[in-house]
Amino acid sequence: METAPKPGRDDPPKKDKLQTKKKKPRRYWEEETTPTGAAASPGLHRNKKRNRELRPQKPKNTHTPKKSRISKKPQILKKPREQRNPEPQRSLSGAQDPFPGPAPVPVEVAQKFRRIDKSKKLPHSKSKTRSRLEVAEAEEEEISVKAARSELLLAEEPGFLEGEDGEDTAKICQADIVEAVDIASAAKHFDLNLRQFGPYRLNYSQTGRHLAFGGRRGHVAALDWVTKRLTCEINVMEAVRDIRFLHSEALLAVAQNRWLHIYDNQGIELHCIRRCDRITRLEFLPFHFLLATSSETGFLTYLDVSVGKIVVALNARAGRLDVMTQNPYNAVIHLGHSNGTVSLWSPAMKEPLAKILCHRGGVRAVAVDSTGMLMATSGLDHQLKIFDLRGTFQPLSARTLPLGAGHLAFSQRGLLAAGMGDVVNIWTGQGKASPPSLEKPYLTHRLSGHVHGLQFCPFEDVLGVGHSGGITSMLVPGAAEPNFDGLESNPYRSRKQRQEWEVKALLEKVPAELICLDPRALAEVDVISLEQEKKERIERLGYDPESKAPFQPKPKQKGRSSTASLVKRKRKVMDEEHRDKVRQSLEQQSQKQAKAAKPVGARPSALDRFVR
Amino acid sequence: MKVKMLSRNPDNYVRETKLDLQRVPRNYDPTLHPFEVPREYVRALNATKLERVFAKPFLASLDGHRDGVNCLAKHPKSLATVLSGSCDGEVRIWNLTKRNCIRTIQAHEGFVRGICTRFCGSSFFTVGDDKTVKHWKMDGPGFGEEEEPLHTILGKTVYTGIDHHWKEAIFATCGQQVDIWDEQKTSPICSMTWGFDSISSVKFNPIETFLLGSCASDRNIVLYDMRQATPLKKVILDMRTNTICWNPMEAFIFTAANEDYNLYTFDMRALDTPVMVHMDHVSAVLDVDYCPTGKEFVSASFDKSIRIFPVDKSRSREVYHTKRMQHVICVKWTSDSKYIMCGSDEMNIRLWKANASEKLGVLTSREKAAKDYNQKLKEKFQHHPHIKRIARHRHLPKSIYSQIQEQRVMKEARRRKEVNRLKHSKPGSVPIVSEKKKHIVAVVK
Repeated sequence: METAPKPGRDDPPKKDKLQTKKKKPRRYWEEETTPTGAAASPGLHRNKKRNRELRPQKPKNTHTPKKSRISKKPQILKKPREQRNPEPQRSLSGAQDPFPGPAPVPVEVAQKFRRIDKSKKLPHSKSKTRSRLEVAEAEEEEISVKAARSELLLAEEPGFLEGEDGEDTAKICQADIVEAVDIASAAKHFDLNLRQFGPYRLNYSQTGRHLAFGGRRGHVAALDWVTKRLTCEINVMEAVRDIRFLHSEALLAVAQNRWLHIYDNQGIELHCIRRCDRITRLEFLPFHFLLATSSETGFLTYLDVSVGKIVVALNARAGRLDVMTQNPYNAVIHLGHSNGTVSLWSPAMKEPLAKILCHRGGVRAVAVDSTGMLMATSGLDHQLKIFDLRGTFQPLSARTLPLGAGHLAFSQRGLLAAGMGDVVNIWTGQGKASPPSLEKPYLTHRLSGHVHGLQFCPFEDVLGVGHSGGITSMLVPGAAEPNFDGLESNPYRSRKQRQEWEVKALLEKVPAELICLDPRALAEVDVISLEQEKKERIERLGYDPESKAPFQPKPKQKGRSSTASLVKRKRKVMDEEHRDKVRQSLEQQSQKQAKAAKPVGARPSALDRFVR
Repeated sequence: MKVKMLSRNPDNYVRETKLDLQRVPRNYDPTLHPFEVPREYVRALNATKLERVFAKPFLASLDGHRDGVNCLAKHPKSLATVLSGSCDGEVRIWNLTKRNCIRTIQAHEGFVRGICTRFCGSSFFTVGDDKTVKHWKMDGPGFGEEEEPLHTILGKTVYTGIDHHWKEAIFATCGQQVDIWDEQKTSPICSMTWGFDSISSVKFNPIETFLLGSCASDRNIVLYDMRQATPLKKVILDMRTNTICWNPMEAFIFTAANEDYNLYTFDMRALDTPVMVHMDHVSAVLDVDYCPTGKEFVSASFDKSIRIFPVDKSRSREVYHTKRMQHVICVKWTSDSKYIMCGSDEMNIRLWKANASEKLGVLTSREKAAKDYNQKLKEKFQHHPHIKRIARHRHLPKSIYSQIQEQRVMKEARRRKEVNRLKHSKPGSVPIVSEKKKHIVAVVK
C-alpha cells in the first residue's frame, strides 16, 4: 500500500474532510489521484494482492527469470516435486520460460481445502491400516494443493468500498454509490413503494436470481429482480407471516395466519398444510429438502417437501417461537427464546443439541454465517453479540446498540447487517469467516419504514430489506461471493439446467436423521463402537486374538540350541520388554508432574497453604 | 471514495448459440459445497443400491454335451475359444462370441479326465479313463480327412490330470505318479512319487515354470521341482485337496480347494500356516481358478454354486447359482479377467460376468468417469452399516441357506466347548490354535 502521496494532476489540495466528502465520486477504474485511506472495505486486501499476483509487471528489457509470481507471500508450500531447476530450461527457439515449473501455492490457500483433521488421535491400529491412512493423507494434501492452484482460474473478484483518507465509509450514502458504479450495478438499487400492504418479509432464491416478498396485509409477489420481470402477484386475503422459496424458484411457501400454504410460480395454490398452523417463521434446508417451521404454539415442525410428509414435530417447551434461523453449515435450526437462550435443534433429537444463554432479556434476532462458525444474536437488552459456534459457544464480541437490532443477517463473505428501527447498519470483518468488528459500521442506510425482513442476496452485492414502506434493494459492495459454482447454484442457468439440477439434487437428498452439529462426523472413525466391538469379540473368544504372543526363541542350527541358552534368550527379551514399560511409565509420570507444577509456580496464592 | 460492485457480464456465463455447450464455471471452495460428507454418503448409498439392481451376472449357457462336463481349458491366444471335456469322452471346442460349438471330437472312452492347451495355442492334450494321452490339433481336419489325434500315448495306469508347461514343449500328467513328458517322446522323462496314492491334479507354476504342484487323495499337497528327481516338500491337511491353482502374479502363492468346504491359500515358502483360509462354501470345493490379475479367484463347489473370493479375504465377495445348475465340477476365469465359465453335472457350460453389475460393451468417457467415481465412493463408505448390509446381501437357494445356518450352529457349539475347556483348565495347558493352523496336520520336507 502506498503511503507517500502522489503529486495530484489537477487536484486542488484538500483542505478539510468536508470538502473531500463532497468531491465527485469516482469509478474504481479511474486513475487514482490521491492516496487511499485506511481500508474499511472487506475485499480490499485480497483484491490488491490479487492484482499483483495476476498481472505481474514484467520488466521489458531484462530477461532475468522471475523466481515466483507471488514472491511477496511469506510462506510458500515446499514440495520436493515443485523445486525448480536453478537454470530454467530453454526451448528450441532459445526463449526461456520465465515461470518454470508448476505455479507455487500459498499455504493458507491450500489450508482452506484440507479435509483431514490431523489433531484428532486415532486408536492404535494395525500397520496395514496405518500405512493406508498415511497414503490417504498424502493424497489429500496433494489434492488440496491442486484445488488451491485452481483458484487462479476464478474469473471474478469481490467488490469493495473504501473511503479516501480518513473518510468514514458509513457516511457514504446509497445515492453516492449508485452514481459511482456502472449502470448494470446501479440498476440493482431500487425501492418498491408498497405502503398499503404493510411491513414486508422477503426471501431470495438459492441462486439469488429471484425475489419473493409477502406483506402483512396479504400481498404476495415473486419476481426476477435482475430483469424486474414479475412472475406472480396475488393477494392471499390473510396476514402473511413469512415467505420462503423452496428448492427452486418454482415453489413458494407462505406462512399465513392460519396455515402454511405452498404456491407455484404462477401464484396457484398447490397445497394447504393444515398440520402446520399459526406458523411464525419458515426456514428451508435445501440439501435435506426440509421446510422447518416454528409456530406460535411452540412447535418446531420439519416438513419434507420432496414427499410431502411431516418428518418430526418437536415441542420446544419455550412458548411462542418467533426467532428462527438455520446454520447453513450443518442444517441445525437455531431458535431464540424469550428467556434469553438460543437452542439448537436437529430433527433426529427430541431435545435440543445445545442451549446457549445469550442475553438477559429475550432474544430478538439470530443469524449464522455461511461457514457455520459465527452466530450473531440480539436481545431485548439492546445487546448485539457474536458467538463462536465451534464447540465452546463463547461470545467473541458484544456491543450495546441504542435501539437494539430487531433483524440480523450474514452475507456470504461474512458481513453482518442489522435492522434497528428504520436504520440498517452493516459491519464488516477482515475477510471470510472472521468475526465482524462491531466498533464502526461499514455502511448505514435509513429507510422509509421500520425494518421487518433482511436478507443478503446470494452472489450479488445486494441487501434486500423489507420494511413497512415496501422493499428496498441496497447496494453493499463486497457482500457476496464473486465466483459461483455452476453445478451447485448457477444464477444464469437455463430451464434445462435447472431441471437437471433438480433431479440430481433430489437423488442426493440427505436424510433428515443425518443432521448433527458436525457434518463431517460421518466420515470419521467411530472409535467408541470399534472398541466396544473389540471387547465383545474378546469376551466371545475367551482370549484376545490381537494380543502379542510371548516371545518363543527359534531353535538355532548346529548344536547351539541348548535348553539353557533358549531360556536365557527368552529371559533377555522379557527383561527388555519390562524395562521398556518402566521407562515409559516413568516418562509419563514426569510429564504429569511438569504439567501439574506449572500453574502453581507461576503465581503463588495465599490460599495455596490449604492445598494438600 | 473508491467503489467496485460485483458486476458480471452475462455473456461470460451464458452460451452464445444453442449449438454451444452450456458454460459451467466451477469454484471448489468448500463453503460453496456444504454437506460434502453426507451428500457423498447418499451418493454411495445410491451407487450401492444401483449395483445390486444391475447385478445380472448370468450371460449364457452353452449346451451340447451329452454327459456332465468334467474339465475345461482356455485357449492361450484366442479369448473366444474354450475347450471342454465331458464324462462320456467327448471333447468340444466352443466359440464364446457366437455361443456355439465349433468342433466335436469323440476323444476317449469313458471320462475325459483332463484337458490342456499348448502355450502356442496350436494344439491341445487330453487324458482319459482309457489310459491314453492324446495330442490333438486345434484346427479341425480338412475336407475328407478323418478326425484323428496327432499322437496317442498308451500308458499303464489311468491318468487323472494333465497340465502343459508354460514355455517349453513339456507336459505333466498325474495318476499313480507324476510323469513329466517331452512332447516328442512316448515315455516320460521322469516320474516322481511320494508314497502310494492316486494324484488328482497337477499344475505348473506360470512364473517359476519348473515348479509343479500336485494334490493326492492321501490328503497331501506335494510340490516338485522339475530339475530335481525328487519332490520338494509336502503339506498334509485334515481332508483331501481336490485341485490347486497357482497365483499368476505371485510365484510362491497357490490356493488349494479342499473337501472340508474351505479353500486354503498357501505361501510355498512357509507351508505350516496358510496365508488365508477361505470359508463360505457349504460342501466340498471341487475346482479353483485364479483371475489373471492375481487379486481374486473363483471356486466351484459340490453345493451347486460358484463363489468369488478376494485373495486376502476369508469371505467370498460374490456367489453365483441358478435353479438349474447342479454340482459344479470345473471353473475357469477367462484371460481378459472379465468372465467366468463353469461346467457342471447337468451337461452345461455357463458363462458369467466376473463383476456382476458391470456394463458390457464400450463405455463413453462420462459413463466411465461416473463408474470410477461411484466405485471410489462405495469403497470410501463400505464400512457404514447400512451400505454394508445392502452390498453384502445375496439371495441364496434354500438348500445353501439352511446349510449355512446349520453349520453356524455347529461351529458355535464347537467354539463354546473350546472356550469352556480353556476356562476350566490350568492356564497354558490348553493351547489356543488359530483357525489357520487348525487344519494343517504336518509339513514334510
